[in-house]
Amino acid sequence: MKVPDDAMAAVAVAATAAAAAPRLGLLGAAVARKDAPAKILGQARYVDDLVRPGMLHGATVRTRCAGGTLERIEFGPGIDWDAFVVVSAADVPGINATQMIEQDQPVLADRCFRHAGEPVLLLAHPDRDLLRAAVEAVTLHEWPEPSPVFSIDDALAQRGQVCPGNVYRDYLMQRGDIAAGEAAAEVVFEGRFETGAQEHVYIEPQGMIAHVDAAGVLVVEGSMQCPYYVLGTLTAVTGRDAGRVRVVHCTTGGGFGGKEEYPSHIAAHAALLSLKAGGRPVKLVYDRSEDMLATPKRHPSRTLVRIGARRDGRLCFMDIDFALDGGAYTTLSPVVLSRGVIHAPGPYACANARVRGRAVATHHPPNGAFRGFGAPQSIFAIEQAMDGLARALGLSPLELRRVNMLRPGDRSVAGQPIDHTTDFDAVLDQALRESGYVAKREAFAASNARNAASGDPLRHGIGLATFHHGAGFTGNGEVVLASEARVRADVDGRVEVVASSSEMGQGNTTTLCQVVAEALGLPLDRVSQAPVDTFDVPDSGPTVASRTCMVVGLIVEQAARRLRAELIEKAGLPASGADEHAFAAACARYLDGHPRLEAQARYEPPANVQWDETVFQGSPYASYAWAAYVAEVEVDLTTCEVALSGFTAVQEVGKVVNPVIAAGQVEGGVVQGIGFALFEKVSWGGNGAMANNRLTNYIIPTSADIPPVRVFFQEQPGGIGPAGAKGLGELPMDGPGPAILSAVNSALGSRIASLPVLPEDVMAAAAGVAS
Amino acid sequence: MRAQAPAAPGPALSFTLNGRNLSSADGSIGAPTMRLLDLLRLHAGQTGTKEGCGEGECGACAVLVDGELVNSCLVPVGQLHGCNVTSIEGLPRDDPLLSAFARAGAAQCGICTPGMVLAARALLERSAQPSLDEVREGLAGNLCRCTGYARIYTAVLDAAAAGASPGTQAGGAPGLPE
Repeated sequence: MKVPDDAMAAVAVAATAAAAAPRLGLLGAAVARKDAPAKILGQARYVDDLVRPGMLHGATVRTRCAGGTLERIEFGPGIDWDAFVVVSAADVPGINATQMIEQDQPVLADRCFRHAGEPVLLLAHPDRDLLRAAVEAVTLHEWPEPSPVFSIDDALAQRGQVCPGNVYRDYLMQRGDIAAGEAAAEVVFEGRFETGAQEHVYIEPQGMIAHVDAAGVLVVEGSMQCPYYVLGTLTAVTGRDAGRVRVVHCTTGGGFGGKEEYPSHIAAHAALLSLKAGGRPVKLVYDRSEDMLATPKRHPSRTLVRIGARRDGRLCFMDIDFALDGGAYTTLSPVVLSRGVIHAPGPYACANARVRGRAVATHHPPNGAFRGFGAPQSIFAIEQAMDGLARALGLSPLELRRVNMLRPGDRSVAGQPIDHTTDFDAVLDQALRESGYVAKREAFAASNARNAASGDPLRHGIGLATFHHGAGFTGNGEVVLASEARVRADVDGRVEVVASSSEMGQGNTTTLCQVVAEALGLPLDRVSQAPVDTFDVPDSGPTVASRTCMVVGLIVEQAARRLRAELIEKAGLPASGADEHAFAAACARYLDGHPRLEAQARYEPPANVQWDETVFQGSPYASYAWAAYVAEVEVDLTTCEVALSGFTAVQEVGKVVNPVIAAGQVEGGVVQGIGFALFEKVSWGGNGAMANNRLTNYIIPTSADIPPVRVFFQEQPGGIGPAGAKGLGELPMDGPGPAILSAVNSALGSRIASLPVLPEDVMAAAAGVAS
Repeated sequence: MRAQAPAAPGPALSFTLNGRNLSSADGSIGAPTMRLLDLLRLHAGQTGTKEGCGEGECGACAVLVDGELVNSCLVPVGQLHGCNVTSIEGLPRDDPLLSAFARAGAAQCGICTPGMVLAARALLERSAQPSLDEVREGLAGNLCRCTGYARIYTAVLDAAAAGASPGTQAGGAPGLPE
């Protein structure tokens, strides 16, 4: 399906000469989502809705110990084992490892394993009840790891060993002279901050179906964010080339990062079962408890922060030691870590700063991508430290932020110049205005004092977080990806966006079409996104990192312009005033003499975005979104419950391509952040795996918990995406944690330093304050 | 496919699914212990009802039984004799909730949406003009991880404003955009 290079070159030349399409105002329009009707009517087909002829069901047998060696697999009595397809590590025809940053994680554990819940054996059978019984009848004889490591501190102190040194990556980002900064500081604050693991709880559990088609092609379809990651693992594991493996994206019921890497495992498992079953379809869909037990979580973190300032609040130095619990295999921890390190200084100017970041190995199941990708953890720590420093200085949290926020002409600690398009004061001002922060802070202090005196158990608090979030892959990631996308049209003038960007609820099947329709001057209903199928779509990169609307949007916009230029040059499309009928007529004329009508484009990063990974200096992101969030809480000292009473989220995201979809991203992200702060606690069992792996006892926010979240956008120019759009999907995850904890601490006069904050934490903190 | 157990002896079990009569006598209902969710998805081919947790916590499998919202993963079909079961497939196409959800952007990934729409329908049957707090309470058994619920509140309140029940307003409700 590749367009010949010389044809592309001609199109590229023509593109520069073509007049712009008439402006329809689709960029910025609140058009209804294209995927809404099928989803609302229950007609959208998710992987578990699919039934293939002769389909078997698959299941996974997993280790129970926190690492160790596998001595023997025992197949128990009472089961007709000949009726089952059985796959173990010995059945892997290719490389027994998922293809991520390292190849350290086996698809099926062979002799050594590193965590509880590691897949060892796969079974398939037509009957799901018999399959469940068979899984129960398998006994894994495990020789357990004698001294498993379950905490960041233990991993760093090498109390037990997961891998040599227990550190996957050790990064250092620094600027200026810490010693000189310390000497100049008049007030220093020091603190230790921690965040827990967080489970994604996409409402659709993970799953895949694999079969071999009549042409001998291995076809794997399922729930995923990154079809080309899945393809990479499938080709390695099966030893097949990409021409004999096809990955098809199904309607995906939420991802949030949780379907970035783990789908590669499930795809490989389903494929191995199907290959052993002679190509018969095998469906492997997890139930909720298996999904929560086995799949990655947000990395737990611990951050040591020392920051100092002059009496006027001007920061003199920041010294940050950031560590993430990567779990038992490398997965994506190195890149989660680098994003966390780069965001650790927050949106503040500091001439002397050092951030050391380490991703450590433990015997927990591996942690991985989750919306925000390391930034929510390190931003939480710096925001809490800023509150602590403000207290030490006798300034308000607002005053300290106002003094130090990055402004045009400054450089971030990473070395990135802040350009003239950024006006963070305007964002902060609106958040203060909309929330009434200053007045409420005073009023709450007075009412809390009154209530304490009168024995009223209610306390109120308000907290502010200011932050920014870089969009797209970190550093040189986008250069390495060199993402590609296409736009094509048929004889009736119907246009398709052809990209691997995968809809999981975030809205790209609408926003990418808005971008292309606008570029072609067509009504939106003439443009749709082609089904994501690796036999048809090019690799436009993984659907992650707040990159789709911004980076892939830019690529498809360019491809659409090239397509239009081609039609103007070769098919007589009028350069101005052409409507959809003229467009369709031009497509028909073009396709009369050409086999297809298609244009391609590839991402080229802006020239000023350079990054030196070896010293962690340069411009790690092409665009940043900026935000100021304010949380208000009511704490009842009788029940120790924290009720969120108000939330204001103001952000600057460049061009808002679709206001409804953008607001939906922010509202949903804020509520996940509220869960991270107040509800969601992963409890680890004695074997290091999630013990509360059910929705009965892992609690996410319900509608009863969430007051209206007030969302405001500012659209300053400067994003690199279509019409100046910036990525925004992850941004709202960063702010709620620190803003809510600040509000709780201001309500109680406490010094809670970790998330989540559950009633028992409030009880302990209130007791501490009282004594 | 789950093995189809033979129908239990004794009086026939029958109920209505989206207006269609099902009966153990003609084999359209299998074992009385089968979950309603499995009957819907695996036997009746009505996959608009989703399985999110299998233990009654998430509401993705919610359906209406005689107008009341229930989690179909917790209901053995043997309990349904004489009942009217409505899944998303059986909701009238002119129900104002459907278009209100589309307009408000209340569906993102969509996996919770059928259950959420039915929860909203059950709420509007109880309270035709609910307050925001009633909406928050009425949907609290249905988890959504994408939207943060705000657009769902908007959709339900808009549908309430547009007219009480399907087919009752003059000229009908606006259809879903196609």
